[in-house]
Amino acid sequence: MPDPTDNSFRAATIAVLVENESGVLARVIGLFSGRGYNIDSLTVAPVDAEGKLSRITVVTSGTEMVIEQIKAQLDRLVPVHKVADLTLEGPHLNRELALIKVAGSGSARQEALRLADAFRARVVDATTESFVFEMTGSGEKLDAFINLMRPIGLVEVSRTGVVSIARGTKAL
Amino acid sequence: MSSATLPAASETQSMTGAEIVLRALKEQGVEVIFGYPGGAVLPIYDAIFNQNAIRHILVRHEQAAVHAAEGYARSTGKVGCVLVTSGPGATNAVTGLVDALLDSIPIVCLTGQVPTHLIGNDAFQEADTTGITRPATKHNYLVKQMDKLASTVHEAFYVARSGRPGPVVIDLPKDILIGKGQYTPPPSQEHRSYRPQTEPDAVQIRKAVRLLKEAKRPVVYAGGGVINAGPEASALLTKFVRMAGLPCTNTLMGLGAYPSSDPQFLGMLGMHGTVEANLAMHGCDVMFNIGARFDDRVTGRLNAFAPNSVKIHADIDPSSINKNVKVEVPIVGDAAAVLRALIAAWDADEAKQDRPSLAEWWRQIDEWRGKNCLAYVQDSKIIKPQHAVKRLYELTKESGRETFITTEVGQHQMWAAQYFGFEKPNRWMTSGGLGTMGYGLPAAMGVQVAHPDALVIDIAGEASILMNIQEMSTVAQYRLPVKVFILNNQYMGMVRQWQELLHGGRYSESYSEALPDFVKLAESFHGVGMRAESTDDLDRVIREMIAIDRPVIVDVAVDEKENVFPMIPSGAAHNEMLLAPGQIAAGAGVTDEGTALV
Repeated sequence: MPDPTDNSFRAATIAVLVENESGVLARVIGLFSGRGYNIDSLTVAPVDAEGKLSRITVVTSGTEMVIEQIKAQLDRLVPVHKVADLTLEGPHLNRELALIKVAGSGSARQEALRLADAFRARVVDATTESFVFEMTGSGEKLDAFINLMRPIGLVEVSRTGVVSIARGTKAL
Repeated sequence: MSSATLPAASETQSMTGAEIVLRALKEQGVEVIFGYPGGAVLPIYDAIFNQNAIRHILVRHEQAAVHAAEGYARSTGKVGCVLVTSGPGATNAVTGLVDALLDSIPIVCLTGQVPTHLIGNDAFQEADTTGITRPATKHNYLVKQMDKLASTVHEAFYVARSGRPGPVVIDLPKDILIGKGQYTPPPSQEHRSYRPQTEPDAVQIRKAVRLLKEAKRPVVYAGGGVINAGPEASALLTKFVRMAGLPCTNTLMGLGAYPSSDPQFLGMLGMHGTVEANLAMHGCDVMFNIGARFDDRVTGRLNAFAPNSVKIHADIDPSSINKNVKVEVPIVGDAAAVLRALIAAWDADEAKQDRPSLAEWWRQIDEWRGKNCLAYVQDSKIIKPQHAVKRLYELTKESGRETFITTEVGQHQMWAAQYFGFEKPNRWMTSGGLGTMGYGLPAAMGVQVAHPDALVIDIAGEASILMNIQEMSTVAQYRLPVKVFILNNQYMGMVRQWQELLHGGRYSESYSEALPDFVKLAESFHGVGMRAESTDDLDRVIREMIAIDRPVIVDVAVDEKENVFPMIPSGAAHNEMLLAPGQIAAGAGVTDEGTALV
């Protein structure tokens, strides 16, 4: 168990299983803004069409007491089925997808391709003056690649935000 | 669906959405709706016109409809029901909804909405009601499909009354109300996602019992959660506190959960609580909080709150635990269930109480009591507001009538809490969390509708009462013999008190200029008006008021300079109370940080 008297900040990746109904995302976001909690990243998508469930992944940060509060507040929303603090519960995977547009010609172009290869980014669109790379990984890895592309000719970035799942057999 | 399972044609085809709504309300036990008509809800008013099972009380402002439903709910333990139209009807109700949210009062509020095909078009009297009320309610719904209508109403009542109760809005587009559909009864299976825990964890209960048994300086701090858990919870609290010989204090919301006349009762705690309650909180070694939420009005400065105590916190809402104050023993559960388990575990636990320490603790508490912190000096003919409430309490008690008290918000509210004693739960209705001026008169209406033969008194201030004074018309229409007891000091008294203590006596905009003649005002609304100018008038006027079976406004001219004491200024600790002038002040005064607080 975490120490509730610890006042240092920590990051938390929180998975929330919710009823797939209109307004549910607004409830979650309104809760965070209304109570002054941080949202570093938020993703949502239906995960179970038959069961009408969506999964929200929120990356947030705060003191232990605040993170406990965030979980308790989320849990009491009527359409919320489950709340899990993946950071606390053990090993888990965090992944994010980015589409990264880089423009340039000549050696810059070759350099972009070389780096993309090193980072295992895929080329999903190409013109004679540009590439769109698709890349999946941790946020840090994406940040590193995007920073490398900046001087080469970074044009635009689109990112999904973090999705997360626990390692092993355990489910939410 | 196969044809064999289809209900008879008359069942499926004959009901409009509005009729479905009314049938669902009836099945949910609704007897009274407080409402105000308008274009979008006319189909429901048509359905109301055609039946006799549910009574409709026509208020004069939608905010008052919600407060009336709150008064009804708090005095009966049932869910209060509200019906308002779209747009301004819904936005006017918002204050009431937030009030019910902060005080955990079960309300279902039906709001009209423009037809589904017009939603989002800025249609006449359109407002994004679910958007506006999302943070103002426990939950809300917009019904867009006919086949969800009945089940949504049933679910709304379940959500409103389950777990920590609260207000729920159902937004009803007009085409849904006019359309034809099928009624469905309440579901037999559990809710898909919302299933609050009511039974406490046995291990935590045993821990709590052991801590309380071994405590040298224990205190019980009980709040509105005990009231919300039903009268049984209050009876169990009383039983537990008495069997364990513990001192007990109530929050503003919890008054009546423990009998005020009991020798183990320390009075209310918090900003305007008693010395004995606040110092017992400050000095305790084990605190048992049941159904209270460590509100800032109770804790004062957090880092100085009950500094040497181990805290047990029982609450039905897990998010209330460890929110403001870190506790050692959290217990999630319904207050009645927690107390039942606690009593059983107390008997089963073999540890002995530390009787000598407890006796010493009571000796200390009695010494604090000896300060007589609620003493006031009634030394002239000018009525002290405290004296007015005290006489009101004594004379209503003398009358033997079942008495319910509501209040507005401000000094009079605190004096009512301090000087009116409550022996039972559900007799005291006040806006605690939101602090809504204008709450008392409509709330009293709701109480009187639920208890037609009882004595229902709104203890008011002359400023607050004007915020919903139009409800005198409702009171007259339904012949509700509500009594309004105004402590008239010609100031927004609490504002003036803060200006005096915190803002150098600059009484900016707090004088009640151009007040109405409340006697004539009462008469113009078909009621009885009376005025008490001096102590000579007071008892007579109160007695007359109690005897009259009609709406009465009593205008009591009170000392305009009187302040509410004791007072823990914002940002101060429980042991830094300001006492009334003439008493020895334990106060450290107001800090700069405190001035920034509310």
